[in-house]
Parts: sequence; C-alpha cells; structure tokens
Amino acid sequence: METHFIVHDKADTVGVMVVENAQPGQQLTGWIMETDETIAIKALDAVPLGHKIALREIKSGDTVLKYGHDVGRAVASIGKGNHVHVHNMKTKRW
Amino acid sequence: MGRYQFFGYRRENGRVGIRNHVVILPLDDLSNAAAEAVANNIKGTLALPHAYGRLQFGEDLELHFRTLIGTGSNPNVAACVVIGIEPGWTGRIVDGIAKTGKPVVGFAIEGNGDISTIASASRKAREFLQWASEKQRETCAIQELFISTKCGESDTTSGLGSCPTVGNLIDKLDPAGATTCFGETSELTGAEVVCASRAASKEIGEKFMHVFRAYQEVIERHKTSDLSESQPTKGNIAGGLTTIEEKAFGNFQKIGKKAKFIDVLKPAEAPAKGPGLYYMDTSSAAAECVTLQAAAGFVVHLFPTGQGNVIGNPIEPVIKLTANPKTARTMSEHIDLDVSGILRREMTIDQAGDQLIEIMLRTSNGRLTCAEALGHREFVMTKLYQSA
Repeated sequence: METHFIVHDKADTVGVMVVENAQPGQQLTGWIMETDETIAIKALDAVPLGHKIALREIKSGDTVLKYGHDVGRAVASIGKGNHVHVHNMKTKRW
Repeated sequence: MGRYQFFGYRRENGRVGIRNHVVILPLDDLSNAAAEAVANNIKGTLALPHAYGRLQFGEDLELHFRTLIGTGSNPNVAACVVIGIEPGWTGRIVDGIAKTGKPVVGFAIEGNGDISTIASASRKAREFLQWASEKQRETCAIQELFISTKCGESDTTSGLGSCPTVGNLIDKLDPAGATTCFGETSELTGAEVVCASRAASKEIGEKFMHVFRAYQEVIERHKTSDLSESQPTKGNIAGGLTTIEEKAFGNFQKIGKKAKFIDVLKPAEAPAKGPGLYYMDTSSAAAECVTLQAAAGFVVHLFPTGQGNVIGNPIEPVIKLTANPKTARTMSEHIDLDVSGILRREMTIDQAGDQLIEIMLRTSNGRLTCAEALGHREFVMTKLYQSA
C-alpha cells in the first residue's frame, strides 16, 4: 500500500506529504514513524510533495506540533486535511 | 584497524588528508589577481580568492587569520604558497601554517609588483606541486577522519530522510572514535533547549546557550521582519518548511540520537579535546559554514539537501545526499547519494546510514564528489562586522 504522508511523532498535529500529486478529496494513507502505525485521512486541498497536511482541526492561535515539538502557531483556523503552510501558520520566534 | 578504513595522505603533523592540494592563498582581496595568475601558470595548483583582509580589526581580524591559517593547515592541503600585499601579515599566515610542518612560503607584492611576485611564487608553486605529486596514500583508521556536516536548501524531506541518515552515520561512527562537527547557530532556533540537552556536560550546554543567545541578539538588533524568506529561505518555504522552529528540528536530526557534543568551538577553531562530536558557532549559510569547518581541519563534509543546494568547497569535498525524489530526479548531477527510498519506505534510515558511510569512505579514498566534478569551489570567509 502506497504511503502518501509521513508523521514523525504520535503527538504531531501535521504530517508531511511524500507523494507529488495528491488531489483534494483523495483518501490518503499515512505512516507514523515513532509508533509504526498506519492512519488514513481525506485531503481537503492539493498538498504538494513535502508540504504539511493537518491531521486534526487546529484552531487559530494553537501550537502546531511536529517531531513532538512546538514548531509554530496557527494564524487561521485549519481543518483536518487542509494544507498547512505560511498562509495559516507562523513562527513564534523573531 | 577496525571495520572502517580508508586511504589517506598522512601529513608532517600526523593528521590525515583525503586530498592533496597545493594551495595559492591570498592574504587579502588585493592579492587575488596574483594568486590566480600563479594557479594559471602552474597547472594543478589551486588559488583561493576571497573578498577580505584589509582594515579588519579585533575579533573579526582574528577570525580572518584563523580562517586562512586553518585553511592552509588543513590536511587536505599538501603545501601552500601565500601571497599578500605586504610582508607583515603575509608572514603571520606563513608562520601559522608552518606549525604543521608542511611546506609553506610567502610572497609580498609591495616593492615588487604583481609580475615579479607571480614569477617568484610560480617557481615555488611548481616545486611544491611536483613534490606533492609523489605523496602516496596509506591505510588509515576511521579515528583519523575529521567529518563535518551542514545541510542546505532543506525541506521537510531533509528532516524525514537525509538529515537522519547523517545522524545514523554519527550514531555509528561516534563510538568508533571519529571526530565530527555540526554548527548553524541561528538554525537551531526553537530546538535550542533540546540541543543544549545533548551537550556532554552542563558547562558545555551553557557554553552552547551563550553563543546561541549572542547570535539571537545580532538577529534581534538587525531584523526588519520575522526573517521569513531569509531564515527559512525562499527555497525552504517552496519545499514545505514554514517556520524556523520546524527547520531547526529537521536540521537537528543530523547529530543522530546518541552522541553528545563535547565542546563548543568558535568559528574556524580546531577541535582540541580529542575524538567526539563538536558544535561550532557558524552562520547557517552553506558556503560560510563549510569554509569555517574546513578551516578548523575537517576533511570531508556531509551535506543533506532537500530542494538542491549545489555548494562545494575548494579543499574539503562536499558529499550531497537528498531524500527528495524530485530533486534526486531533476538535479541528479549534484547528488552523491539518493536516499529518497526512505520516503517510499523501501529503505530504512539504518540502511541509508550504511550507504552514506560507504560513499564517504569511497570519497575519502579519492572518488570525486559531484561538487568537485562540477567545479564548485565556494570559499567564503565569515565577516563579523564592518572594516575600519
């Protein structure tokens, strides 16, 4: 079975797309590296290779978790399956 | 001798190089033309032109000397001809490099002019080159290999695949007694506390936090935005990295899961505490960082890339690896090791680490890297502040 996205840590709220042409509405299969679990999610956006997909609903102002760590905050509300990037997420530093 | 061996050039001071360069080293920007003329006269020598060396002062001047002396002293350099505008500072570089015991001589342009200087320096360069060309490689143990790492044009695949591959190599070679180095101070922003926890002692952790905070102060003083498009770069963002914190945790995968760093080095400072992992306070710009690591005596470099940074270094071979399948496909002439199989779950990090050890040892034995074959020789001095 093809893996469409990879998640570093069980606690993460985003995964990383590892295929090039995922389309909105597509059912995606993900692999959590830490626990070797498989999860499924429906893409709401076309998320390019290497870009992040939300694994759950993330409210504006919420911390985004990746590698099990704080990697920034949402600046717009993000739905499960949405593309997460500079349009809806910012650094907490600088 | 152990499991990991390579064939290297043993230098007068006992250190081992994997290349056999005769370098024509300008002290300053004014001496670039003469240095390049000598390298053009004597085929097989290597000029290292750069932009600085005039009216620098204080710590910035010390770094200038440390970088040039360190570059000439690197075991990948068999012999060195130094050319400067005047004899005083030229002599300081020569004396610094001479401590290694390797052949080095200096020439000054004032009072002689370019043409006479080029003639004298070319005669010496020919002598050094023919002498160096008779050096033979000998069997060396992994403990004699000084390995640096830094990533560039990273994307999320760097944190998933290529950086953990370097980390796996460090996990395997640190117990075998290799000397390794990572850096990129600004690029640990967000992961700095986790990084400090990987120091070998509380004191070393505090030393790291001290240089980390000093770098943050520079950024805070000069920034006009949140640095988005600078750090992370435009390329990082195109590749899916959104924030510096996310980039930092990906970067940090390069030191693996086990090794503790045993010291914090100043830029271009040579490691002095024996085998182990070292942190160096550097810029996160690829050429600046690798130039500093080469000046500290590291002889082979591991460079994970996501979007396809094409950097090389004139004296320290830069081995590139990527886990990004698109980069591996579209920029294959730059990629020494394709680990994109990790993303397809066809390859484990452990297997990728073994493949990186193999390509590193082959490179150390003499195999040219992609960057060497393509002529990438980015020699970029770090400047701390304005000249007087």
